[in-house]
Amino acid sequence: MGMTHIVDRRLNGKNKSAVNRERFLRRYRHHIKKAVADAVQKRSITDIERGESVSIPSRDIQEPIFHHGQGGKREVVHPGNQEFVAGDEIPKPEGGGGGGSGSGQASPDGEGMDEFAFQITQDEFLDFLFDDLELPNLARKKLKDTEAFTYHRSGFTTHGIPAKLDVVRSLRGAHARRLGLSGARRRKIRELEAQLAALKEAPDDLDPAFSHADQIETLEAEIARLKANVRRIPFIDEIDLRYRQHVKKPRPATSAVMFCLMDVSGSMTQTHKDIAKRFFILLYLFLKKNYKKIDVVFIRHHTSAKEVDEEEFFYSRETGGTIVSSALKLMHKIIESRYSPDEWNIYAAQASDGDNWNDDSPICGKILAERIIPLVQYYSYVEITPQDHQMLWYEYEKIMERFPQSFAMQQIADPGEIYPVFRQLFERKAA
Amino acid sequence: MTDTIEHPKLPNREQVRPDPISKGSEWTFDLIQTYDDEIAKCAEEFGLDTYPNQIEVISAEQMMDAYSSVGMPVGYHHWSFGKQFLSTSKGYQRGQMGLAYEIVINSDPCIAYLMEENTLPMQALVIAHACYGHNSFFKGNYLFRTWTDASAIIDYLVFARNYVAECEERYGVEAVEEVLDSCHALMNHGVDRYKRPPPISAAEERRRQKEREEYLQRQLNDLWRTIPKMGDDDNERERRRQRYPSEPQENILYFIEKNAPLLETWQREIIRIVRKLGQYFYPQRQTQVMNEGWASFWHYTLLHRMYEKGHVTDGFMLEFLQSHTAVTYQPPFNSPWYSGINPYTLGFNIYSDLRRMCENPTDEDREWFPDIAGGDWLETVHFAMRNFKDESFIQQFLSPKVMRDMKFFSIENDDQEDVYRVTAIHDDPGYRPLREKLARQYNLSYREPNIQVWNVDVRGDRSLTLRHIPVDRVPLGDDASEVLKHVHRLWGFDVHLESVDEGTVVAEYHCPPQELDDE
Repeated sequence: MGMTHIVDRRLNGKNKSAVNRERFLRRYRHHIKKAVADAVQKRSITDIERGESVSIPSRDIQEPIFHHGQGGKREVVHPGNQEFVAGDEIPKPEGGGGGGSGSGQASPDGEGMDEFAFQITQDEFLDFLFDDLELPNLARKKLKDTEAFTYHRSGFTTHGIPAKLDVVRSLRGAHARRLGLSGARRRKIRELEAQLAALKEAPDDLDPAFSHADQIETLEAEIARLKANVRRIPFIDEIDLRYRQHVKKPRPATSAVMFCLMDVSGSMTQTHKDIAKRFFILLYLFLKKNYKKIDVVFIRHHTSAKEVDEEEFFYSRETGGTIVSSALKLMHKIIESRYSPDEWNIYAAQASDGDNWNDDSPICGKILAERIIPLVQYYSYVEITPQDHQMLWYEYEKIMERFPQSFAMQQIADPGEIYPVFRQLFERKAA
Repeated sequence: MTDTIEHPKLPNREQVRPDPISKGSEWTFDLIQTYDDEIAKCAEEFGLDTYPNQIEVISAEQMMDAYSSVGMPVGYHHWSFGKQFLSTSKGYQRGQMGLAYEIVINSDPCIAYLMEENTLPMQALVIAHACYGHNSFFKGNYLFRTWTDASAIIDYLVFARNYVAECEERYGVEAVEEVLDSCHALMNHGVDRYKRPPPISAAEERRRQKEREEYLQRQLNDLWRTIPKMGDDDNERERRRQRYPSEPQENILYFIEKNAPLLETWQREIIRIVRKLGQYFYPQRQTQVMNEGWASFWHYTLLHRMYEKGHVTDGFMLEFLQSHTAVTYQPPFNSPWYSGINPYTLGFNIYSDLRRMCENPTDEDREWFPDIAGGDWLETVHFAMRNFKDESFIQQFLSPKVMRDMKFFSIENDDQEDVYRVTAIHDDPGYRPLREKLARQYNLSYREPNIQVWNVDVRGDRSLTLRHIPVDRVPLGDDASEVLKHVHRLWGFDVHLESVDEGTVVAEYHCPPQELDDE
């Protein structure tokens, strides 16, 4: 009976299955993406940012093997007989072979169920949600401030500071060098030693003239000389030394500001605002995936614009008319005072029902084209209306023609369109 | 092995002063150690011969990891293990499913996982069950002795994982995944049932990989030499009539590994790895009842012995017995929880009954088991454990009493009849046929379709033909054409599968699908 060895493995990695899990998700990404898109439609405004339960038809993920099918003659032994006696006949249920095969245990992976359901995490959910989307014009940002560099490992070099000496690499090199330099001599030593051994084995001639003693002595001297030679090869040499190399890589500025502009005039109903909010949340999550630090600036407007906090932005109601340019002017002012485009990636999303004072729309176009578009990475406009467009839309269309890289607009008529529209606005464009 | 086992002297509980190892249900490493020491002493009294144990305490999450890699402590990466993991963790998180109490690996040392959530009595149960029950089965049963090499498996798994990872790096994850998918579909057809394979060894594999590469190429060249030799046509015709392989081959994976015309060397190596793993699991598939029954019989016997010795409290025994009863519960056929015969129950009942027959034989036992009734129970159960697999174990040792206790009956379902027929029940005329039927139910070649490599059109279109021999007209399941796609992927040329019942082709499958011939 052997000794028992008890090991505490609890602190070892628990994510042994992580790779396999990821392989599974990758293999079925199309299924999962669809489930994620469906989930976004269904979710309430506040909980878009969490994991999701995903279902895949079981037949799509089955691993086929050869097994018996229905039919033929089969006999199965079961436990728990109550009243049967040999020779009893039991009518088969109508319409269907039925009569479970009985043998074998129920499969643990739920074979036979129609759906294979599992959970994905919040991160995975977002990954799938924003798969294939990208932030436009990221490259345009100037790479300037010092903190925007990172160091990356980049192989080995022969020069460096002692702190970066890679001992294993260096010793491996030294070992190889020693082997390389001494190879021929060590082979020679082995040969000579073999000869020597042979001589010592052989019976010595009695005649001193033919004695092996001389030969043995010569061989021994030669071996000693060679061995000394080999020993003189330095254990480690300067040319063996290897240092870990790090290179400096510029990193795009990592802070972004997102401007949310919304019309809160009387014509915007709560449904309109819900749609707008979902759109803004998508944008916010998407930015969060790309940037470490994000500021969000909420600007709401009717005839005049005001910077507000999130709560007020979404839930308070105003009445009256609409002057969109007031919001654009405020946005410009805030950029000038707080968000220098040199340091910030600036994104803006504007939501409105398209209603504006006709006289104001050309002004909006002018402000956008001359003062705002040059400062921002991307400006997206969604018009939440099932109705015909008004002045503002046509004015914005001109902007889109002039700045196709940094301006995009879409119309949303009902909540189901939010995600598709979002995807259209941020679709990865062929380079 | 027939060495005699000395009987322990069994003291009655009353004679010992109870001095339990512990009273609470919280475990500590020291307590586990103490329990293991004492259980080991009991196991020794009963002559259980085991590999050294390595007990690893792990968390529930780690148990899910272990669970989803089909009990391999080290495995190559594959999406199907991820699928397994997702369904395990979902079931667990929803509380629908308890995790397996234990996983034990057929290795030397024998690795057993204990879950940290378990109470102390559960840990003791698992130690007795896995570290002394399963462990001694791995070491003693002839199938395991023949087909697996416990000392080499971990090394081999590491080798396999590294090899697969290397291939992924070189040829891309997807290319490797394709081959693995196809191999998994055929994993059950990667074993020679009647030939003893050389035990697996990582060092040997590495050494021979190179050799194999060269040899294989040579062999392939021979088989696929396409330029016909000039010469007499008769000879040529004769050769065309000959099948290749000349005898049908049941090891489909092996045949493909050695003969598929287009596979790269690394693909053949991956087939080999899956084949070797199939071989490693082969004994387990054939000894479910025996192995689980043996482990359950011993956790039951060992912990009772602990109780007799005064090492455990009454409370401990109550908790232990509750778990034991749950594990060996057999729902009747008409219960909603019924999913076939519980191997724990059947195996436990047979071993327990063997002991009963030795200790308290009845006239019936003397008639049915003259060699066993009144004999030495320890020797009898050890003999039964060592020399059988499920099929022959049931055929040999299932007694009328167990059939009565479990109320077995057999039902015939013939698709040419309108009724199910009860063909035998647990009564005098029924015992023998029932036992035969139950034994056959555990015969792998009855459980799984018999499919063999029949022919390769060596001189023609290089197509591969597999032949399925149905038993009692049972056809192949719906998956057959899906599996055939995998065979096709590996073989590289057309693949046919025909079901041949007494000389008549009753079903055909083709990949790629064949156009219907004109009349």
